[in-house]
Amino acid sequence: MTEWRRPRHLREALELLGESPDRYRIVAGGTDVMVERHLHPENAPAGWLDISGLSELRGIARLETGELRVGAMTPLSAVREDAAVRESWPLLAASAAVTGAPAIQNRATLGGNICNASPAADNPPVLLAYGAEIEIASAGGVRRIPYSAFHAGYRRTVLGQGEMVTGLWLKPVPRGSRQYFRKVGTRAAQAITKVGLAAVVPFGPDGTVRGARFGFSSVAETPCLARTTAAALEGRSPLAVPSGEIGALLEQDIAPISDLRSTGAYRRQVAARLVREALQAGHFQ
Amino acid sequence: MRSGERDFSRNPLRLDGMDKILGRTPYLDDLHLRDPDLLFAATVRTTLPGGVLEGIDFGGGTDWSDMTVVTARDIPGTNAVRLLENDQPVLVEREFRHAGEAAVLLAHPDRRRLRKALLQVRLAERPAGVPVFTIEAALQGQAETIPGNTYTEYRLEKSGPRQETGHPDTVIAVEVETPSQEQLYIEPQGMVARLAPDGVVRVEGSMQCPYYVLDALVQCLGLPASRIQVVQTATGGGFGGKEDFPSVIACHAALLALRAGGRPVRLVLDRAEDLRVTPKRHPSRSRVRLAATPEGRLQSVAFDFDLDGGAYRTLSPVVLSRGVIHAPGPYRCPDVRVTGRAVFTSHPPFGAFRGFGAPQSIFAMEVAMDRLASRLEMDPAEFRRKNLLCPGDTGPTGDIAGEDTHARKALDVALERSGYARRRTEHEAWNRAGGPTRRGIGLATFCHGAGFTGNGETHLASRVTLAATAEGKVELLVSNTEIGQGAATTLVQVAAEALGIPMDLVVFGPVDTARVPNSGPTVASRTCMVVGKLLEKAARRFLEQLPPAGGKGNAPGRPDFQEACRKLHALGGAGEVTETYAAPPGPAWDEKTFQGRAYASYAWAAYVAEVEVDLVTFETRILHFTAVQEIGHAVNPQIALGQIEGGIVQGIGWALLENVVWNGSGVMANDRLATYIIPTSADIDGIDVILLEEGQGAGPRGAKGIGELPMDGPAPAIANAVRHALGVDVDRLPLTPEYLHARLAEQQEVHSWLSK
Repeated sequence: MTEWRRPRHLREALELLGESPDRYRIVAGGTDVMVERHLHPENAPAGWLDISGLSELRGIARLETGELRVGAMTPLSAVREDAAVRESWPLLAASAAVTGAPAIQNRATLGGNICNASPAADNPPVLLAYGAEIEIASAGGVRRIPYSAFHAGYRRTVLGQGEMVTGLWLKPVPRGSRQYFRKVGTRAAQAITKVGLAAVVPFGPDGTVRGARFGFSSVAETPCLARTTAAALEGRSPLAVPSGEIGALLEQDIAPISDLRSTGAYRRQVAARLVREALQAGHFQ
Repeated sequence: MRSGERDFSRNPLRLDGMDKILGRTPYLDDLHLRDPDLLFAATVRTTLPGGVLEGIDFGGGTDWSDMTVVTARDIPGTNAVRLLENDQPVLVEREFRHAGEAAVLLAHPDRRRLRKALLQVRLAERPAGVPVFTIEAALQGQAETIPGNTYTEYRLEKSGPRQETGHPDTVIAVEVETPSQEQLYIEPQGMVARLAPDGVVRVEGSMQCPYYVLDALVQCLGLPASRIQVVQTATGGGFGGKEDFPSVIACHAALLALRAGGRPVRLVLDRAEDLRVTPKRHPSRSRVRLAATPEGRLQSVAFDFDLDGGAYRTLSPVVLSRGVIHAPGPYRCPDVRVTGRAVFTSHPPFGAFRGFGAPQSIFAMEVAMDRLASRLEMDPAEFRRKNLLCPGDTGPTGDIAGEDTHARKALDVALERSGYARRRTEHEAWNRAGGPTRRGIGLATFCHGAGFTGNGETHLASRVTLAATAEGKVELLVSNTEIGQGAATTLVQVAAEALGIPMDLVVFGPVDTARVPNSGPTVASRTCMVVGKLLEKAARRFLEQLPPAGGKGNAPGRPDFQEACRKLHALGGAGEVTETYAAPPGPAWDEKTFQGRAYASYAWAAYVAEVEVDLVTFETRILHFTAVQEIGHAVNPQIALGQIEGGIVQGIGWALLENVVWNGSGVMANDRLATYIIPTSADIDGIDVILLEEGQGAGPRGAKGIGELPMDGPAPAIANAVRHALGVDVDRLPLTPEYLHARLAEQQEVHSWLSK
């Protein structure tokens, strides 16, 4: 029989992970791993580490520094509804609201959506655009790294042995920034993303772009930042950039493929159009 | 009756509604789970797209001693699925034609053991020949599996005197393709079979056509029909998908049950297996050439219509026949020539799906009609109006359009109701303004024939029975199935109305071949119209036969009626009334020339789609949908509305989203609901359904069949709307953003906004 462990405290969970790091697969809401288990029962782990009992990983807190900490076990429905998130990090509320269906959002957690490490996940582009940091714990202690350094390859992360994600940290967004999120899915709801963009575009006093961040899903083997594009836009007026140039810049940043859901050509074209739309108008969808 | 209106006197609640809403209805998967004798079953399938099975290796990694195993050698009767031709084996013996064919059946009480054993069986498959996966490749004939790779060829030819106009006709030629489509019934296919102590093989499951299943079992098991009993369980949707395939798995389950000494065997496909191996809508290719006078009178229709039949014949000839007859549309035209072919490919066989060939050919014709209208510089609505059949006109099959030809009325109501002319102008102004979206409005006018084609109903000779019960009620005995479409309620309503009694005195009997006569399959928009009409007639005779009871008079009260029924019941079989179908008068159908009366009734429809295409993402959204149809009489308008709305959503899915992707072996690759995309409620905005009831159809109180009708119109209306919005011709479905992106990129020079 498969082992099922449900610790009550984070320390207990980290000790279990530390003792036999390869033994357990972590399960929170289970909305991804249980589907995977059904489709590929042969890949089932020796044991499951159910972290749903770790109440310290749940919840959203706004600190005096203005930062926001979202516990990894916070369900997406709570992220979607949270007043602070909606007011100051609205893209995160928007992405949580289009992750699966409402019933999925009640179980699925923000940490799980990230650790599942799908390039098509809905929340990573937003965390990339906000320049979030990710909090990683092990029996040995806690570290915080930029979320943009978290994904190491297709469905791989930098999580080391005995480590788990415990929270995400978001800094305040510069005033007057344009914020944009758009998920292009296979249909209007309950869809997996074909191309997704979250963008935060701050402006200097002269109206030029200063420190824009473009987080994409489904256009590379991991969720990714369009760094080349952002760098090339620095100091320019958003309206002065033709879409042809954006498309050429994005070639450096993304590597979309054709699969069962879409084509590489379509993804490439739409990615450029989304960037252009983000530069022109704040837009939630 | 329109969307949103309710009239409870005509719309009693569905008899099966409350149990289904509350989750109390047991489906096959819920049954027999506590039966200690129950065996679970699984199927080992071929993986190559055609070849020879040279051996079966039962691996050493599992204990086979208590596993029930069936191969082709264990078939006591004929190893062929009974349908039109015995070309499809129940189990592969040696040659096979597609990947996914059943070769070995396994059954075991422990599902985990079963799964393990399934992985241990190795089929030694040797490839043979070159597989063909498209109509084009099949007809090029590099590798012929059957002569010319063609199952059937039909010709419809109607030639009248050419009108000399003095001007050269305007001619257009169009080639379009339509893809396959999955029925996606909620409940996957499943059967439970057992050998009863009295020696009867009892098979129950999810199905549309119990007598098809019975006939298949007779042939495969080599048993007389008297030793076979087929029972329909609550069926979670069919849409044609449970017309022929249930016969296949019923044979499989029964073979296992016989092999297992009669123990019950449960064979239920999981979703992925169901998607990969069960029949879907036939892909099609149409080449249409239309000519019209400069004034816009249609002069000729030349139509080559090809269907991909897949690897076995199954129902393809019948699907083709309906597609050919519907190809020329509801139009007056002196010169009509349609050639239809159903071709062999190496895909799993394609089969019945709501519309049955008609949506494919209607799509091509309606797309061509819009292109011809553009060439003539006429509004598509005006062009259609000029050419729609009117009473007295000669239709494409040489039949004279009857007084129930309401094509023009449907169009006029649709144009008025949708505000067609105004909306067309508004959308064109919107597009000129050059915003981030483009809008369009599109039209389809069409008809759908109800019941079996041609002489089919005469050959079926359906029978229905009304029987008095000991409780003083009337039991309705038919082989037609409630598959979610509301048939049980509708038929009870028809019978109750004809008997002049409340619905609660009529009982819909169990659909069990040991009890019910063969009233034909639940297909072809025939149940309400054909079977309903038989019930109406049977009811009249039933009343005549009812012995006198209690108070006299023309309208006996409820207690009197029940007492009379009890008396009749006491007479036993002599008290039952059975009505048999008799062909109505009218011109005969000639299968060779496709001339004559093709259907007892046509329903007439005009659908209007309004769309908005996002120029950032090329996504198409339906802004509004108007569906007007003349259906004779709606027995239960609420159920009719539900049928039509549901069919429209299925049509929208086919038009915009649903895309069967084939793997290298010709099997559906996107075999999950995460990758086979159907519409959700969020994809559908308002659907305005209008039922016109002129009361002249062949069914009860003049009803016409409507089950398939709503599948025909959405795709062409949407394609025409997208063409209006973007100004580019479309030549295939689905109109995915990827397709529209590629199509627009081809015409980039005329669409400068693409490169802005």
